[in-house]
Amino acid sequence: MDIIVCVKHVPETAEAEIKIDATGKAIEKTGLVFDINEWDDYALEEAVRIKEKSGGTVTAITVGPEDTDSTLRKCLARGADKAMRLTDPKFQGSDSYAIAKILQSTIKGLSFDLILTGALAGDDGYTMVGPILAELLGIQHATMVKKIEFDDGVAKVNRELEGGLEEKTEVKMPAVLSIQTGINEPRYVSIMGIRKAMKKEIKVLGLADIGLSESEVGETGSWIKVEKIFVPPAEKQAEFIKGSPEEVTTKIAEILKSRGLI
Amino acid sequence: MTEIFVLAEHRQGQIRDITFEMLTKGKELAEKTNTDLTAVLLGKDVKEHAKTISEYAKKVFLVEDAKLENFNSEAYQKVLSNLTKEHKPLLTMIGHTSFGVDLAPSLAAALKLPLATDCIDLAFEGETLVITRQMYGGKVNVKAKVRKSESYIVTVRQAAFAAQKPNISGETMEVSSPLTEETTEKRFIEYVSPPPGGVDITAAEVLVGIGRGIKDESNMPMVEELAKALGGVLACSRPIVDKGWLSTDRQVGSSGKTVKPKLYIALGISGAFQHVLGMKNSDLIIAVNKDSNAPIFSFADYGVVDDLFKIAPALKDKIQELKG
Ligand SMILES: Cc1cc2nc3c(=O)[nH]c(=O)nc-3n(C[C@H](O)[C@H](O)[C@H](O)COP(=O)(O)OP(=O)(O)OC[C@H]3O[C@@H](n4cnc5c(N)ncnc54)[C@H](O)[C@@H]3O)c2cc1C
Repeated sequence: MDIIVCVKHVPETAEAEIKIDATGKAIEKTGLVFDINEWDDYALEEAVRIKEKSGGTVTAITVGPEDTDSTLRKCLARGADKAMRLTDPKFQGSDSYAIAKILQSTIKGLSFDLILTGALAGDDGYTMVGPILAELLGIQHATMVKKIEFDDGVAKVNRELEGGLEEKTEVKMPAVLSIQTGINEPRYVSIMGIRKAMKKEIKVLGLADIGLSESEVGETGSWIKVEKIFVPPAEKQAEFIKGSPEEVTTKIAEILKSRGLI
Repeated sequence: MTEIFVLAEHRQGQIRDITFEMLTKGKELAEKTNTDLTAVLLGKDVKEHAKTISEYAKKVFLVEDAKLENFNSEAYQKVLSNLTKEHKPLLTMIGHTSFGVDLAPSLAAALKLPLATDCIDLAFEGETLVITRQMYGGKVNVKAKVRKSESYIVTVRQAAFAAQKPNISGETMEVSSPLTEETTEKRFIEYVSPPPGGVDITAAEVLVGIGRGIKDESNMPMVEELAKALGGVLACSRPIVDKGWLSTDRQVGSSGKTVKPKLYIALGISGAFQHVLGMKNSDLIIAVNKDSNAPIFSFADYGVVDDLFKIAPALKDKIQELKG
């Protein structure tokens, strides 16, 4: 099976201090560590597992500037056979809709049996590239996928619903499946794998190569135009307990005692 | 006069909360934009649902068809495309749920209508839709304009709006199903329930919730001891289950359990919306996180900005000392 995996290079922000930049429309990116989007990591692993079981190839594709190569190299080290980067200054300001169009115009010229994406990206969280890509390609999709089985021209997938429930759904192939975390356990990359990946070629294409017009990408080709970003107003604010661990835990113990919890 | 559509979401005989939350917000938007609020209900044998929903909207479009019995984005998309083309609603609201995210993006792309997902607030400025949503796991909010269109689609975050029952008795209008043949490319097979768990975290009075800040599986015994000292049970955020360190029945949040213990101690949990949804109604919440800007601190009663590896063992010792 030939599988295409769409991946995104995103900043890790869970533990980082976030500052709003001078435009007021984005966060300050310098100093942040970038890596493959968590959901895409599971998608790539799933693709490699399918390949290992039934043969075929895995191609990782990303839209982004040159520094996204580190994420593509990681994909190659993990078992992807080919990597493609779609880079053009005109792509700047693209939302998920514009990204899906860029991916579609590239992918429509490739041969594939299956496309995997992450269910969402941890930075902007739009949750829409996969199903839009499918619609533009004229094929089916399933999102929030936690399990995949193949059977005679269809994929049988478990989709995660709320509260731990899942639904089993059958989708005609080729299809786009958007992967939810926990579907597998992504492997660690071996040093050997990294070395080998460094030697592999990353194919780079721009706007002119994929046959889209300038107005279809970037901000003009997007649905969403960010006006401003800001720190969320707090529903309530915790009372901070300060001091040494000894002082802090003494205070916590007092609170628990006063509430009859110890 | 145009209208605002709210797509009703229901599953296994139950109307889901998001439906009433959207109808409440939809009513407010309809009043402000001088449009009508219309609920759209697709299903099979769901007249009872239509009756319930008609108490929230002026009109209910009811489309019944055996092919709509369970959610199926292919069938839903066909029906909604037809209704949208015919009625040109100013806005269609769909839940940002597992059903909604399977449907809204492809529907929007097919109709070439702009879509904004996971909205926590919506307003019209003139004819332009302005939305608020979150980025970076809830660390920042974004205010954005949606590309100008005569019709918009949004998905709405769960629990972003409180449902209120208005004083309406709407009219149900049956619309015949446009689905002539079987959907051919996508087929619902069955629901799969989670395996019965060993622990019921919803019954515990004290929960120690651990998140990715715990770093390594080898640190689990330390937090287990704290939970034990407090007479409580370990619970966790999603990444801990994804890694296989705790079983699914311990997961708190939108895709896990909703808990309301007397005490919830969050250790190394950032406070992403999907987690918070499952624990914010706990009686007392104490959060330990080394990042003072972690969103969890706007849901906690008490916060400690420090390394959990210092606080958790010290707290365990303190409790044991007090218990003697
Ligand atoms: C459809 C969907 C459903 C989801 N359902 C759920 C759900 O049910 N439950 C759920 O929890 N999540 C759910 N998620 C995932 C959710 O979006 C977050 O990714 C997740 O909650 C993050 O978990 P975390 O807080 O443990 O990790 P992170 O966000 O990585 O946060 C780790 C935190 O630990 C802190 N930390 C690190 N080291 C230390 C230390 N030494 N001392 C103190 N603090 C430290 C960091 O500052 C950081 O704040 C869902 C996501 C999706 C898309």
